[in-house]
Amino acid sequence: MANKYLHIHRLRRVYVWELPVRFYHWLNALVIVVLIVTGFYIANPLALLSKQEASTQYTMGWFRYLHFAAAYLFFFNFLFRLYWGFVGNKYANWKQFIPTSQRFFKEMWTVFKIDILMLKKNGQPQDHLSVGHNAMAGFIYFLTFIAFLVQCLTGFGLYSSMASWWFPKLFAWVPALLGGDILTRQLHHWAMWFFILFAVIHVYLVFYHDYVEGRGEISSMGGGWKFIEEEVFEQHKHHTPNPEK
Amino acid sequence: MTNDALPKQPTYYEEVERKGYSRRDFMKFVSLMTAFIGLENTAIGQVAKALETKPRLPVIWLHFQECTCCSESFIRSSHPIVADILLDKISLDYTETLMAASGTQAEAALKNTMTKYKGQYILCVEGSVPTAADGVYCMIGGKTSMQILEEAAEGAAAIIAWGSCASNGCVQAAKPNPTSATPIHKLVKGKPIIKVPGCPPIGEVMAGVIVHYLTFGRIPELDRLGRPKAFYSKRVHDSCYRRPFYDAGLFVETFDDENAKKGYCLYKVGCKGPSTYNACGVMKWNNGTSYPIQSGHPCIGCSEENYWDNGRLYERASHFAGFGIEANADTLGKVALGVTAAALAGHAIATNIGKSKLIHEHQAEGRESEHELEQ
Ligand code: HEM
Ligand code: HEM
Ligand code: SF4
Repeated sequence: MANKYLHIHRLRRVYVWELPVRFYHWLNALVIVVLIVTGFYIANPLALLSKQEASTQYTMGWFRYLHFAAAYLFFFNFLFRLYWGFVGNKYANWKQFIPTSQRFFKEMWTVFKIDILMLKKNGQPQDHLSVGHNAMAGFIYFLTFIAFLVQCLTGFGLYSSMASWWFPKLFAWVPALLGGDILTRQLHHWAMWFFILFAVIHVYLVFYHDYVEGRGEISSMGGGWKFIEEEVFEQHKHHTPNPEK
Repeated sequence: MTNDALPKQPTYYEEVERKGYSRRDFMKFVSLMTAFIGLENTAIGQVAKALETKPRLPVIWLHFQECTCCSESFIRSSHPIVADILLDKISLDYTETLMAASGTQAEAALKNTMTKYKGQYILCVEGSVPTAADGVYCMIGGKTSMQILEEAAEGAAAIIAWGSCASNGCVQAAKPNPTSATPIHKLVKGKPIIKVPGCPPIGEVMAGVIVHYLTFGRIPELDRLGRPKAFYSKRVHDSCYRRPFYDAGLFVETFDDENAKKGYCLYKVGCKGPSTYNACGVMKWNNGTSYPIQSGHPCIGCSEENYWDNGRLYERASHFAGFGIEANADTLGKVALGVTAAALAGHAIATNIGKSKLIHEHQAEGRESEHELEQ
């Protein structure tokens, strides 16, 4: 057995995702799924047959209602996350998403080498520590946030002409800028595919990281914890005292 | 053509009387127009007064790259006074299709109005202006449409861009737009421009825009795309009588199915009503007889910019050319999803091979801890 080389790690518990981030995450995931399902239905409703009068059913109406209700939740949840990017812990900070330094790009390259190209160093698979998002993931979320914005702009732009509340009407300039609802709607539809592709890749990568790193990636969005090997932890520790103590 | 002094113009009401309409006809027309332009019924008096007292408006109506469907629609407006008075009188100055004069005489009439009523006349433009090849694709009397437009716009008080051609280019401007057909607002700057899109626009809407200008001496309130709010603030979908079927989720699947006979919603056969801003469902066409959806045809979105290029008329999804076969967004999406799934499967396999050592270490470590535990 390879037992004589076996090194049993001690793990340090790190609080990574605060409750508001976790709450945001799952609400976001839920409403996006709802928006995709109802969006598909709105784009191409099922061929229903009915012996009843139209007045007794409201199928399309309900799907649209769900879409709009989810859309409001999505939007305000998104705004909340942006806010939390300024007041939350360091892993939730906006700097995790926007490449502002050389280090950020360097880390993206490292992640690319390790997780995509799977390069080895001295014949050893490499490991990389990212307690919060790794730089690549952070950057992808940044693109995702832009897609959120596109979807909110086109969505509320379309909604502005059906709404009586002033808030959606603030978006009336969007279809005007794009030259009308037809194109706005198409953009809204195409952008949906970004969300679908993102969700598939994202869930895969979460499983991937959990599997190869063994630091509790999947459960981190549940309880908020990740677990870092003691020696890795020591390497990355800085020695300024915690100001909260 | 020789008198330089402004001739005393008869008022609209005088014309109405001269043509033999009764006061009752006139008041009916006024009430109709007041309602169309979205005013309250207290404004009826104001509109009547304007038509009684104001001299007729000098109008120049230019025709460029178009099919004359706008003029056709206008003269089929539901109330005869529209055609008889508004068109007869306003077109008197200059309009190629309906004026009696032709050739040099016609050109002289145009010049005359332009100089005599400088700064006062309304310029109506039907059609787009081709700008490619120095504008040779549309020339009248030896001048390009661009030159004519520039000259006529110079002294206009306001410009009305009739129809989709003048408002957004319509079919001539569809890809690849060989003549570089250009809508009016992109060519003329610094003048109030009213866009009245539609292929054609509704006759009553056209009349309403003119009556509004007559009554108030200024252009009606416009939306962000430059269209009069009174007619273009609601979607066709919002006033469609098939809307209950839409809400119920009952749709025509093909043009000859049972659902089509039952009059279900035309959404799935490409109806653009949900994206089209127009008053068709309310005003209807040909003296309020019907409109496309009422006769079983989906709205094609003719008053929306680029409706020729933004997807097919009888389908909801839009298509991308140049992907081998034509594909719509969802086909492309599904292909991308398939490719992604394959790539992820490949990555998963590569991970198990490339990182096998790492993974085995984790597993060995985990197993060891499992053995060491009591239970
Ligand atoms: C089984 C389902 C899912 C699991 C286990 C999961 C787990 C996680 C984890 C662990 C993270 C943080 C890791 C990292 O930064 O790389 C994360 C972040 C994120 N996830 Fe998910 N996720 C799931 C589904 C989704 C779905 C469906 C969406 C939306 C389409 C989504 C959107 C996001 C976003 C936007 C972030 C960035 C979070 C932030 O604002 O900081 N997730 N997810
Ligand atoms: C993840 C986010 C979203 C996705 C995936 C999504 C998806 C879709 C899809 C596929 C359609 C059908 C488009 C078509 O007819 O081809 C649609 C319609 C629509 N969406 Fe969204 N949407 C999202 C967010 C929003 C938001 C934030 C709003 C804001 C109010 C919104 C408002 C609308 C409106 C107004 C329509 C048109 C519905 C109608 O006219 O009946 N959507 N959406
Ligand atoms: S027929 Fe067209 S405009 Fe009428 S309800 Fe259906 S989709 Fe809307």
